[in-house]
This record gives sequence, C-alpha cells and structure tokens, in this order.
Amino acid sequence: MKVGVLALQGDFREHLKAVADCGHTPVDVRRVSELHEVDALILPGGESTTIIHLAQNFALFQPIRDAIAQGLPVYGSCAGMILLADRIVDGVKDQKTFGGLDITVRRNAFGRQVDSFESDLTFNGASLHAVFIRAPWVEQIGADVEVLSTAADHAVAVRQGNLLATSFHPELTEDLAVHRYFFEEICKGR
Amino acid sequence: MSEATGTARVKRGMAEMLKGGVIMDVVNAEQAKIAEDAGACAVMALERVPADIRAQGGVARMSDPDMIQKIQAAVSIPVMAKVRIGHFVEAQIIESLGVDYIDESEVLTPTDYTNHIDKWNFKVPFVCGATNLGEALRRINEGAAMIRSKGEAGTGDVSNAMTHMRTIGGEIRRLTSLREDELYVAAKELQAPYALVKEVAETGKLPVVLFTAGGIATPADAALMMQMGADGVFIGSGIFKSGNPAQRAAACVKATTFFNDAKVLADVSRGLGDAMVGINVADIPVPHRLAERGW
Repeated sequence: MKVGVLALQGDFREHLKAVADCGHTPVDVRRVSELHEVDALILPGGESTTIIHLAQNFALFQPIRDAIAQGLPVYGSCAGMILLADRIVDGVKDQKTFGGLDITVRRNAFGRQVDSFESDLTFNGASLHAVFIRAPWVEQIGADVEVLSTAADHAVAVRQGNLLATSFHPELTEDLAVHRYFFEEICKGR
Repeated sequence: MSEATGTARVKRGMAEMLKGGVIMDVVNAEQAKIAEDAGACAVMALERVPADIRAQGGVARMSDPDMIQKIQAAVSIPVMAKVRIGHFVEAQIIESLGVDYIDESEVLTPTDYTNHIDKWNFKVPFVCGATNLGEALRRINEGAAMIRSKGEAGTGDVSNAMTHMRTIGGEIRRLTSLREDELYVAAKELQAPYALVKEVAETGKLPVVLFTAGGIATPADAALMMQMGADGVFIGSGIFKSGNPAQRAAACVKATTFFNDAKVLADVSRGLGDAMVGINVADIPVPHRLAERGW
C-alpha cells in the first residue's frame, strides 16, 4: 500500500519511517499529484496553523477535504488531530481545518511545553507508552465517533469511519501499534 | 496514570514538531501576529533584534517578562525567549513564565565565560548555538534539546551560517567513516563526550534537531540552509528589518517547505521589496563577532 504523509511542516520524517517499518511504501505529499497517488494519508505533528497556511497556499486544502469526503483513510497525530476536527476551540481566529471527524478539539489543552508529558495508557485494549507535546484533547464527540484511548478524563484517540486521530505522537516511540491499527483496521479493504 | 514531564523525550520531541518550519524574531505582539499569520512555526520574543543590538551596543539581556507575556497572549504558536550564556537565573525567570523553549544565546552578552547553563535542571527545553560538532555535543551533554548552527546574527550575511553548517555536516560525515577504535581519539579531538561521539558515528546525525540561524534574509537563503541539511531555520532581523515583513515572512515559510523546488523559490522571491541592508561579516572587527561567543 502507498501511504502518503503530508510533508509541509512537522515531524513527517518520523511518520514516513513508521510507514516503512510497517512494510508499506511511504510517499511525501506536498502536491495534489502526490495526494492522488496514495491509498492512505497521515497528517503529522507540527504547527497546525503553519500546515493549514501552506496547504491553502499550495492548493492542497480543498483536494484533501475532497479526498476525506470520498473515503480516503486518514490518520492525524496531534496537529493532525486538530486538522481533522470539525470544530476547534482556542485556535487562532477563524482557523480552518480539513475536518471530517465529528469532534471538538481544544488546542494546547494540556498546557504549554513545560506541561508536555509521557504516560502509559490503553489504546484499543492494549497498553501503550504515549508522548504528549503541547497536546490537544477531544472535548466533545459526535454519535458516530468511537473513543480508543483516554487521558485525564478526555478522549485522546478517536476513530470515525475512515478517520483516526490521536493527541499523542506514536511516531516518536518505537511502538507501531497505532500505525498498525490504522493500516489493519481502517485501511484494509478500501 | 503516571505522568512524566520535562523528560529528554518531550523536550527533544517538541523540537521535532518545529521541523521544516521558520522561527521568527519578534519584538512585540503585532509582529508576533504577522509572523503567525505568515505561517511561522514559532516566534522568538526579544526586545531588540540582533541588528539593533549590534547598532546600539551596550549589554544585551533577557527581555522584560511583560513584553514576553504580551506575545504569549497574542499567538497560539510556541513562544521562545533568549537568556544570556550561563545566566541560569534569567532561565529560571523565563521558565516560570511558561515559555515553550529557551535560547541560551550568544546574541545576548555572555554572563559566564567558562560554563554554560546546566540545562538538565529545567523542565523547559533549551536550544543552543554551535559553530562545530564538538560545541554542539558539549551543549547536548549539558542538556540542550535542540541545536542551531550559529551564523553572524544581525548582518543579513549568510556566509557564516554556511561555514558552520558545512563544518558540522563535514565533521558528522567524517565520524561515520572512522573505525570504532578510532572514536576515542575523535572524542578527544572534538572535546566532546565519547558516548555522544559514538552515537553520532552510528546514526550519522545529531541526537537532536538541528536548525540554522544567523544572517538569513531571503527565501533563497532559507532554502540554501535546508539543502545543506538544516531541519529548519531561525530568521532574526531579516524579516522585520525588510521593506515588506508580512510578504517576506510568508515567502520564507514557503521556501523552507519547498526548498528543493526552484520554480516555487523563484515565485516566492518575486516582488518582495527591499531586503535588510545588512553588513558584510568581513567588515565586522573580530571582537564584535557574536558567533565566536560560546565555549
């Protein structure tokens, strides 16, 4: 499977490596032509305002929205979760997102960098060591959204149809469980 | 649920999120908004950009906490601030403000001509400058979670940044070519801890993110540094000392992402107006050069 990683800004190299480590073909996505080549897409960690700015300037914004609507499997970590959320709080004024996930996300909800943390949590029934960096959390979810992990009483991993999002960064650890879940449970058969 | 804050992983991980981005020097909330709107991945809050420190002279210190907090309130992106080399109390003050990253910076007047700050004592991560691999590894050994190659700040002359990126890259490549039994002497020559030297020899890269800084004034400069292997760029005086800051800032952000695409670089370089006038590094007397501060 060809798996694209949106490579505008952020830790896209770590996601590209995780894709390769799972036995799939990683593809840098910076252009519409590259988006149309891939079977699945990952939105990396980084600064959501920077990534949206670049996506709009390089005519990727609407094509990614369209691809999500047409059922492309997409996984977003941290900034990627914000980019997939239908609604955000504490964003910049009129901050746009690709959307698709029926959730409300609070940006930098766990605090500033001094509050960034690592912690053990349960993901899809198994234990996982998770790294949270200026992380968002899910404040409110729609009826079709499944919660896969929680931390501090808030959802930090959610799934809805073809979309998966986590507040934390599995790409910064050696544990491939979240990437595997994305490929095996969400991408399979699409 | 057991939580650990201030770990090396969350400090270094924070820098991973900045990669491929531009960190811009700003002196007030309006400039910070312009930087955020232009797509900066973080801002560096300081009272005087390096070009002004150079022009006005005097002792350069950390910024007023009021000014830093106004900038924190104005933007949602990470905010960094500078402290003097070795001034650990300035660092304690800046950490208490909830700043996201501290730059222990040679652009300010040094406090300690022997020691740098023991950065392991802090929860907030630090970025430090380096002119060569040994200096970078000494800073990492002291707890720096991110390195920026030094240039000659406040000049608009990118030649020193180029020299230092070539030096750091060349020294890393040399380490990867050595036999394992030669790494002990390599560590002695680099004046760096053996464990870090061995790690770099094995991985072919620094154990933390490497940005570049100093003298970057145009989208082409930013792309040059990315092609030289930088993970991202700091732009200090180059944006707000130019004719059209908003447009130049956005152009540098695009150039940093599309650093390998000459067509995009040509497009974003069009009609930017005046770049900062700048000073040739060769015209600055050696005692006034900032990059040479650090030990």
